[in-house]
Amino acid sequence: MKEFFKKLELPFHVVKRSTIPTWKAMLIRVIAVLAALLLCSVLSIFMINANPIKFLTTMLDGVFGSSRRIWKFAKDLSILLCIALAITPAFKMRFWNIGAEGQTLIGALAAVAVIVYLGDSLPEGVLLLLMLVAAVLIGAIWGGLPAVFKAIWGTNETLFTLMMNYVATGLVSYFLLLWTPSGSSVLGRLDKGHLPIIGHEYLLLIILVLALTALVFVYQKYTKQGYEISVVGESENTAKYIGINVRKVIIRTMLISGAICGFAGFLIVGALDHSVAVTSVGGMGFTAIMVSWLAKFNPLIMIGTSAFITFLDQGAAQITTTFNTDSSFPDMVVGIVLFFIIGCEFFIGYQLKLKSREEKSAAAATAEAAESKGGNE
Amino acid sequence: MFKKVLSIILMLAMLSSLALTFTSCGGDDDDFKLGVILLHDEASTYDKNFIEAVERAKTQLGLSNDQVIYKKNIPESALCTEAADDLVDQGCDIIFADSFGHETFLLDSARKHPEVQFCHATGTMAHTAGVANFHNAFASIYEGRYLAGVAAGLKLNEMIADGEITAAQAKMGYVGAFTYAEVISGYTSFYLGAKSVCPTVTMEVQFTGSWYDELLERQAADTLIGRGCKLISQHADSMGAPSICETKGVPNVSYNGSTVSSCPNTFIISSKIDWTPYFVYICNAVKDGNAIDVDWTGTLTNGSVALSEVNTAAAAEGTQTKLDEVKAKLISGEIKVFDTTTFTVGGNPIAADHKADVDTDSAFTPDTDVVDGGAFLESKFRSAPYFDIRIDGITLLNEKF
Repeated sequence: MKEFFKKLELPFHVVKRSTIPTWKAMLIRVIAVLAALLLCSVLSIFMINANPIKFLTTMLDGVFGSSRRIWKFAKDLSILLCIALAITPAFKMRFWNIGAEGQTLIGALAAVAVIVYLGDSLPEGVLLLLMLVAAVLIGAIWGGLPAVFKAIWGTNETLFTLMMNYVATGLVSYFLLLWTPSGSSVLGRLDKGHLPIIGHEYLLLIILVLALTALVFVYQKYTKQGYEISVVGESENTAKYIGINVRKVIIRTMLISGAICGFAGFLIVGALDHSVAVTSVGGMGFTAIMVSWLAKFNPLIMIGTSAFITFLDQGAAQITTTFNTDSSFPDMVVGIVLFFIIGCEFFIGYQLKLKSREEKSAAAATAEAAESKGGNE
Repeated sequence: MFKKVLSIILMLAMLSSLALTFTSCGGDDDDFKLGVILLHDEASTYDKNFIEAVERAKTQLGLSNDQVIYKKNIPESALCTEAADDLVDQGCDIIFADSFGHETFLLDSARKHPEVQFCHATGTMAHTAGVANFHNAFASIYEGRYLAGVAAGLKLNEMIADGEITAAQAKMGYVGAFTYAEVISGYTSFYLGAKSVCPTVTMEVQFTGSWYDELLERQAADTLIGRGCKLISQHADSMGAPSICETKGVPNVSYNGSTVSSCPNTFIISSKIDWTPYFVYICNAVKDGNAIDVDWTGTLTNGSVALSEVNTAAAAEGTQTKLDEVKAKLISGEIKVFDTTTFTVGGNPIAADHKADVDTDSAFTPDTDVVDGGAFLESKFRSAPYFDIRIDGITLLNEKF
């Protein structure tokens, strides 16, 4: 086996790039996406008996095929973006918050609790305000708790935030039982606590998230706190050395992260579902990590990455509908595209250099020498 | 980079939407369309049952593939309203949703599109919502459960006759999802069916708190077997309970379809709702311009309540003959499943003026007299079950879920 690898001479070197022009990096990414879509289209011929052009037009039709679908696309990308905005400061600080799912869900639960208990006695405006406060507060608590433990006792934030997701899910199940005496555990759409509709029913939500995007961008890039986050993320020791209170930064950042998740939960309840279920967040808390990561934690670029992932999801769903397949093929499509995108980062960071003829013959000579030596032994 | 990609995509989208507008102008001879919203996809036995029914109805009605649009994996949230709205845009005449939790969201879409008919399985709100184009449907599946219970009782009788167990040991186990009327009505009718042939039978119920959780269902069935249950049945959607029964050699009465292929030695019979008659009915109603029932109940007579083949390798001898006899009596009305003389609550029969929660309100107040002519009339005042009484002889191991 060892000898096999010795013989296996690749015709190129892998060299780390020191810099790469922006246009080149973008070109690599575009090529990756196109290559992935090409592969998917070819697969679609064999797996769902669709021609590649129909495959691509179906995806586009699913996302942009009607004005309703375009609005839905904008709305879905906004909600995903909102959660991605929430985790971004934490990730930038190298605090692996994988609890956005739970922080958002518990925010949604708090907002619904306000409707259930106070919906009949308060005017709509006050109710909405209370929902917002409750959702943001509980979200901050859900995010802050693991941060406090991490900052003071050095607990593992990945496990802690992950487990807080399950606690949130459990609480939702519990309250659904409490609120549905029939035992169905289905709360259904509530009549109270609806955000006002301006223009289009999704417009307010989209504007709010865009404003939040700008806010997080400015916060990260131009404020002292944003700077502290980057320093703590780069090196805790450096941060300590220059007099940053690392514990304080960790806790503060996670409070903000959780609060924004809570806000996302409030939006889900107030603007969309008017209800809560264990599936209310539907995995977006995890997908958001992808959105944030692909954009290198830049909120403005995250608009693009969120749009891209939403496009894949909705396009894939349309493929299920149009070709009447089960959902495993569209899931594969999403998987393949993401794999290519993540894979192409390798080619952005590293470069393949073809070996010159001399290098090849030299390598062959070494290999032969090694082999004959091995034979003598 | 992504913005570039996005702009390219947007450009392509505009081009393609142009192309699509042209192609869709072709027009079918028959432009009737049915939209079907499903909670999951084929992987769930629950949704598979609906998909198969739609496909059968499609064949019976001679509909083309383009005339049925499926939306799979639609959660019980505003996404259901969006899916329904999108189906309206695609020209659907009827939009059907299969999950209980879809109801309020489907109703929201129904209010916005009065020209389209909305049909919802297992729901409870149509008869009080006052939305003319919104309809509920269910089946008198308790009759199917009762028949499955008879098959179970016969099996227990055989075990008693063979000396495997004593009459006092005739205990069944039941894996339920939630303590919700649909489940309670189901296990109670199953129990009463068994009791009608095996008077000493008792039953224990273990709830999982989930409609689909293979591991939990398996564990629940295992617990019940460990507690001395001689026969298992379930109201949940996975293979968890049937498969552990096969491993342990305990007879199983299944639901939503035959599990005989995986459980050849222990599967006795399965009851299920066949939705084909309903799909045929609503499609024909709309095509002919007739109104759809606000609340439609499928029965043994119209083929909605169906039983699988009896597996003679596991069932007691003479099961099929007995089932045919009881089925005829159920259809004629000679046997009533919830005959108030056959069960007691705390040692007493239920009151003649017993009320059940039929009209859904937030407090779930019992509002309707449901006992008449010596029987609790299930699925009469609305299609979805409302029998939620805990009767004697059945022990709930974990009460609330």
